[in-house]
Amino acid sequence: MNRLTLHRLILWTALLLFSAYFLLPLYVMVATSLKDAEQMRTTGLLGLPDSPTLAAWAKAWSSACTGVDCSGLQPFFWNSVQMVVPAVLVSTALGALNGYVLTKWRFRGSETLFALLLFGVFMPMQVVLLPMSQVLGWLGIASSIWGLILMHVLAGIPSTTLFFRNYYLGLPDELIKAAMLDGASFWQIFRRIVLPLSTPILVVTLIWQFTAIWNDFLYGVVFSGADSKPITVGLNNLANTSSVVKEYNVDMAAALIAALPTLFVYIVAGKYFVRGLTAGAVKG
Amino acid sequence: MGALSIKQVRKTYADTVHILKGIDLEIEAGEFLILVGPSGCGKSTLLGMIAGLDTPTSGSIHIGERDVTHLPSKDRDIAMVFQSYALYPNMTVAQNIAFGLEMRKVPKAEREAAVQRVSAMLQIGHLLDRKPGQLSGGQRQRVAMGRALARDPALFLFDEPLSNLDAKLRVEMRAEIKLLHQRTKTTTVYVTHDQVEAMTLGDRIAVMKDGLVQQFGTPDEIYGRPANRFVAEFIGSPAMNMVPAQRGPAGLLAHGIELALTEAQRAALAAASDGALVYGLRPESLAFADSGLPGTLAMIEPTGPETYAMVDTAIGTLTARVPGALRASPGERVHLQWQADSAHLFDDGPSGQRVG
Amino acid sequence: MSAPSSPAAPWLPRLVVAPSFIASLLFIYGLMAWNGYLSVSASRLLPSYEFVGFEQYVQLADSDRFRVALTNMGLFGALFIGGAMALGVLLAVLLDQKVRAEGALRTIYLYPMAISFIVTGTAWKWMLNPSLGLEQVVRGWGFEGFSFDWLVNPDKAIYCVAIAGVWQSAGFVMALFLAALRGIDDSIIKAAQVDGASLPRIYWRILLPSLRPVFFSTLMVVSHLAIKSFDLVMALTAGGPGYATDLPATFMYTTAFTRGQIGLGAASATVMLATIAAIVVPYLHSELRSRR
Repeated sequence: MNRLTLHRLILWTALLLFSAYFLLPLYVMVATSLKDAEQMRTTGLLGLPDSPTLAAWAKAWSSACTGVDCSGLQPFFWNSVQMVVPAVLVSTALGALNGYVLTKWRFRGSETLFALLLFGVFMPMQVVLLPMSQVLGWLGIASSIWGLILMHVLAGIPSTTLFFRNYYLGLPDELIKAAMLDGASFWQIFRRIVLPLSTPILVVTLIWQFTAIWNDFLYGVVFSGADSKPITVGLNNLANTSSVVKEYNVDMAAALIAALPTLFVYIVAGKYFVRGLTAGAVKG
Repeated sequence: MGALSIKQVRKTYADTVHILKGIDLEIEAGEFLILVGPSGCGKSTLLGMIAGLDTPTSGSIHIGERDVTHLPSKDRDIAMVFQSYALYPNMTVAQNIAFGLEMRKVPKAEREAAVQRVSAMLQIGHLLDRKPGQLSGGQRQRVAMGRALARDPALFLFDEPLSNLDAKLRVEMRAEIKLLHQRTKTTTVYVTHDQVEAMTLGDRIAVMKDGLVQQFGTPDEIYGRPANRFVAEFIGSPAMNMVPAQRGPAGLLAHGIELALTEAQRAALAAASDGALVYGLRPESLAFADSGLPGTLAMIEPTGPETYAMVDTAIGTLTARVPGALRASPGERVHLQWQADSAHLFDDGPSGQRVG
Repeated sequence: MSAPSSPAAPWLPRLVVAPSFIASLLFIYGLMAWNGYLSVSASRLLPSYEFVGFEQYVQLADSDRFRVALTNMGLFGALFIGGAMALGVLLAVLLDQKVRAEGALRTIYLYPMAISFIVTGTAWKWMLNPSLGLEQVVRGWGFEGFSFDWLVNPDKAIYCVAIAGVWQSAGFVMALFLAALRGIDDSIIKAAQVDGASLPRIYWRILLPSLRPVFFSTLMVVSHLAIKSFDLVMALTAGGPGYATDLPATFMYTTAFTRGQIGLGAASATVMLATIAAIVVPYLHSELRSRR
């Protein structure tokens, strides 16, 4: 075997081994979720189900116990949907406006303001949890979806502003100047010229925000009331309830239900996801 | 009050960086003004102020009778062609051209008429439905001009519009711009760093350096009687030969060799303060002859219609420019001759002012 | 010419961003300050505004649990950051070799970033289950004596968190490095090849060093992910067994919200903030400076 082929062989072996490492949990989740209690005993962790069944899925969705209630993940799923949609839309819209102003209508102190805002991308949210609970209490939305939505919007603005600002830096300033000379106003320039050119970053931001907010657990567990817990909290409760017999197949099905929306978005629009990572992180 | 008056315009950043140090320029209606100079001279900043995209720290700008110094761009009745053309990528050519009219709430029928008129003038009618991304450099340039023309403004501004084109296209577009100006007779301010564009396009040229106008005049004046050493060296290619010279008993000497002077030049010399001087000769003033300043031919550059020749002489290496081909080869002994009245005298100090 | 500076209504841009900026800045700095105040107050189950100086911090320093959390932070941080960076760079270099199935492989390596840490924790909890998980699999392969009870072993449980964390985040590092590698001018590589350098040497001496900025910004993000790790621990071990896998983030949560010691929780949050600020602020400062 010549040297080149040997290199390729080693390369491919490494790539495949790593693929196994990454795919293993997914496989285990799917396989386990399709087994019943009997099959879990007989086939063990890695075996395929002999006769796949969706019973665990049904239970995870509608009848598994998540603490006191036993109505499955369904209510949590809808809570998440209710929370995610407004939060994503509002934080993205505000990020776009902020990015537009910061790059094309710079005023004295705008760069400083941006730098201050940027810290919000990195800061540990633990430092705002306690005061925020007080604030939400005063606003009367402490245990409702609205509290979560507000939290996610506020926490999301630094990131969305960063994305749009970095993108709009790449839009030539001369375009704005030409539009000003043509007589366009601040809003007309945004609507007629900047927004139509923003499709790539809009998609990236929407996907990024959707994934981050859907997958969030910290705010969900701190700021939600009995009726407003998102799916991550529901899943954690489900998997950790100390019932007599642990039903791992239900746990796995529940985990998959929680993961499906973001996984789906990832598979369909994955390359935009990657662009979001490089847009935000690499450029600081 | 001319069509455009710039009075004592200054621009300073952070109290320490003086971009413009007091600019005074005035042009009549229909004139083509060129702002030319090296990078950093302030020409683009000045254009930005005329356009309303920037405000002067002090001074005033008048377009016609109106003081526009603090007016926003859209109220100044001007149109601009940017270096990168700045065409709106998401709109078609027709929409690009009509955008300014749309913003001014011009009715649709009139807008369409304007688009037709302009596209006929610039021969871009067949491109109206395309987007800028589908156009070549030259086509984009025309669309950018079309967008400016559609508004029929009082003042046209051009910011180095030909820099992004290749050499051949640049020459073609230069001619088109000149023809267009002859037809529309709109007052124009054109910024460039290319002195050939400056000379061929301008009615009047303002040569700028370090935030000041070094000379303001017609191309003939700028070329024929440069006001200082900088203008003399900047305009004209190959650059003027500059020979450092000292005053001698009879006139000027360079490396012991007497330099030819006219009566007028001697008088100016006598009147001027003492000090070293520079004797300038444009390459085309030098001719090869059988007698004159001896030298050795160092290098020749044939361009087709002309030949540039570098000659090592006792007073320095001189570049000559002769029509046609040169029947000589490097290393040969040659003689250079010139007329005294084709020489330019400049002070050898920091000011470089013209003497005489 | 610089960016437009004199719009018709110069106050409009400021007005437009003001609400979200004010809200965000209040949210970030206002609440941070408030938390700071809580950390020097006598708050327990409910916030109190009685100033007690550094008492809470002293208590924090004395707390065995917090010390465990800090140790874990160091250990987990090193493993997580080191593992994710090393594996990520390795994967990026491997994938840069013009592999045919690159798109598919990239999708496989990166998909864990798309799912919640809770899902990751739940799945790995099952896989690392002492009697039913990997242990049973390996025993089934014939290694009767194999035991893998790390998950419930107070000394080893933190490694499980690290394994799951690296699994989740290595793909992210890979994506960033791969994009950066691809951004390197081809002609540099060709010049090196003409100069006679072998492929590994090209990577080691030329390509990877020129990725220093990407390396630092990625390191920054991964470190900050490490310090904030909360979801993963909650799902995988809930801080257990006991508090053996506690991290500052879980410590803060349980102290403030489960154990009714708000002041102490606020103090631990401030410690977390200080740690992150120490790393992030100089980095941000240098980044913004260099871009000017």
